[in-house]
Amino acid sequence: MEAVNGRPKREIKKGETRKHIISILVNNEFGVLARIATLIAGKGYNIESLSVGETSEANLSRITIEVKGDDIVIDQMIKQLRRLIDTVKVRDLTDVPRVERELMLIKLHAPSHKERDEILRIAQIFRGKVVDISQDSIMIELTGDSEKIKAFLNLVRPFGIKEMATTGKITLKRESVLEEMQD
Amino acid sequence: MEMRKGADVVIETLLKEGVDVIFGIPGGANMEIYDALYRINKIKHILARHEQGAGHMAEGYAKASGKVGVALATSGPGATNLITAIADAYMDSVPVVFLTGQVPTFLIGNDAFQEVDIVGMTRPVTKHNFLVKRVEDLPLIIRQAFYIAKTGRPGPVLVDIPKDITQTMTDVEIPSDEEVINSLPGYKPHIEGNPQQIKRAAQLILEAKRPVLYVGGGAVAAEANAEITELAELMKIPVTTTNMGKGAFDERHPLSLRMLGMHGTYYANMAVYHSDLLIAVGSRFDDRVTGKVDEFAPFAKIIHIDIDPASISKNITVDVPIVGDIRSVLVRLIEEIKSKNSKIVHEEERKSWLEQIDTWKKAYPLSYKPSDKVIKPQFLIEALYDVTEGNAIITTGVGQHQMWSAMFYKYSFPRQFINSGGLGTMGFGLPAGIGAKVARPDKDVFIIDGDGSFLMTMQELVTAAHYNIPIKVIILNNAYYGMVRQWQELFYNKRYSEVDLSFQPDFVKLAEACGAVGIRTDNPKELKDVLLKAKNIEDKPVLVEVIVDREENCLPMVPAGKSYKDMLLSDGKNVEAETMYLVG
Repeated sequence: MEAVNGRPKREIKKGETRKHIISILVNNEFGVLARIATLIAGKGYNIESLSVGETSEANLSRITIEVKGDDIVIDQMIKQLRRLIDTVKVRDLTDVPRVERELMLIKLHAPSHKERDEILRIAQIFRGKVVDISQDSIMIELTGDSEKIKAFLNLVRPFGIKEMATTGKITLKRESVLEEMQD
Repeated sequence: MEMRKGADVVIETLLKEGVDVIFGIPGGANMEIYDALYRINKIKHILARHEQGAGHMAEGYAKASGKVGVALATSGPGATNLITAIADAYMDSVPVVFLTGQVPTFLIGNDAFQEVDIVGMTRPVTKHNFLVKRVEDLPLIIRQAFYIAKTGRPGPVLVDIPKDITQTMTDVEIPSDEEVINSLPGYKPHIEGNPQQIKRAAQLILEAKRPVLYVGGGAVAAEANAEITELAELMKIPVTTTNMGKGAFDERHPLSLRMLGMHGTYYANMAVYHSDLLIAVGSRFDDRVTGKVDEFAPFAKIIHIDIDPASISKNITVDVPIVGDIRSVLVRLIEEIKSKNSKIVHEEERKSWLEQIDTWKKAYPLSYKPSDKVIKPQFLIEALYDVTEGNAIITTGVGQHQMWSAMFYKYSFPRQFINSGGLGTMGFGLPAGIGAKVARPDKDVFIIDGDGSFLMTMQELVTAAHYNIPIKVIILNNAYYGMVRQWQELFYNKRYSEVDLSFQPDFVKLAEACGAVGIRTDNPKELKDVLLKAKNIEDKPVLVEVIVDREENCLPMVPAGKSYKDMLLSDGKNVEAETMYLVG
């Protein structure tokens, strides 16, 4: 054995901090969402978007969560999510080809026909639907991925947003390109 | 099935699970269960004097026996008093089922008398928990609780049972094992180790020049001590255990390095530091073990065998992760090694590795300055080892006395050393010792406690006296919160802020008042006789107050957040000055 100088270091892997989208299949029981939220909050992370809904199986629900965090911590968190008794399947879909949608309802100021026409034209391009219209406002329903929603918002913001609401993201893995992907 | 109350179903289900003892306290919301316990009269009950005590007793019972412990409390304060024990069981992966009464279902959420949302409160500190909403679900949920508590990585499960559920008549059947397993589709506790990874691990072990086995509590839970010993002897690998892993490998074995980490031995920490292969078995790279993570075993490749996928690469990235039941993985690993004729590649280096370890062992064995005037705490633990011939079960509180017990008593069998490792719960020792003695009446159970720690749950001495449970409490009285004082001495320039406990009860009179025998000594010459006397009292609990050297420090020590290289030795020297980095 021989001596070496300095203090040798073990390599510590550092992850990149970015948004992750996690799909969780859970038993349809009370308290499941609280368990998942508690676990994520315990890491000091904020849930940026959330959706919960039924699946084709009556006793299972799908929870889709968007959370920003370090890759390594998220990986650890996913293992802990899998450890919960009520989770049946947990997948990080961030780097997986997938279809992603959210739904937005947005109420815009439209005091004259000039604004209404303009908004309608933009909505048409984005395949949005007019769901309510009054003397001075117009409500549009729009679905799409977050990029599309963002682009639409940028264009209509100058009209003045009275109110808006978006659902959490939902996402499913694409099958079409999956044959070539190593899962 | 005939009609009976929900409360009767609770007891029937516990009987089906083979429960022979419950630790608990009755109250308004769990009275029906207590009534059924009385009427059916088939399960022994130990009446604790505080629910935290009941919880730690159930833990002590589980840790000593390997069976699932059961604690029973009422709603509200009864349930909140359990929380420390629940968190403790969670951190140390102890299989305990906690049953709590709850206010009737129609009052839940109404701020009813003695109502708390105990399911919500314990969600982050249980492996799983349940609120029973229909009496038909009661037996299945209780059986699920036991199944979840004892399989996979063990842990605490809480079942909250509203009072009206226990009063409702039902003809529900107790579900079969198969029904229980099928009712939990998301829970797959049995994992086979990946054969490719086992092959890689075997190869690394055969090729290693400086291997070390680092064994944790998971090996005790998996009852893998025989396999650990076989692997160590077959491959001549030195073994260090964590605090929780003690007993998984005989500390008197020549290959034993004793404990590693913050209060580990010099030679264990040096061996881990210089190793080129670390085989972690059922251990989780806790910060008390690793110290500064980027200087932990900097030369080593790491194999990590653990039942819990979430433990792998949590604190330190490992090279060969193997998720699975530890015992079955080790059996296959040993087979794999034998299939290669157990041929160690670098025989010479291995030989000099063991020689190097012997040099370290001789240079800095665990030591202290002996005295014939005052009782040194280390001397006390050594004396106890002699008096009990190394055969007693030891439980402890948390603090200096705990670490001295870890260092100066040599543990040789699994479940021999029972203490609060993860949560570090002061007051754990006495109730856990009672639980351990209930589980193992054939064994001497010694509770080594500090004066500060003991006072936190001392009411349970009454419980021990009530049932004539002949535990032996040894209080190391230094009239301080000693570990905090030690840190204040070392890191806060001796500013002893609120650690002085010299205003204290007369422990001998206190013992007598509780119905136990009380003995006091401050004389090193009579110490062994006193301990022997305590050992031989078999009809009631004994408390021995030992006045020890007040400001003795617990060394060696790696200061929190520092590396093994920063270890303070028992003679006050620093490792950095003493050792070179050695690699070969």
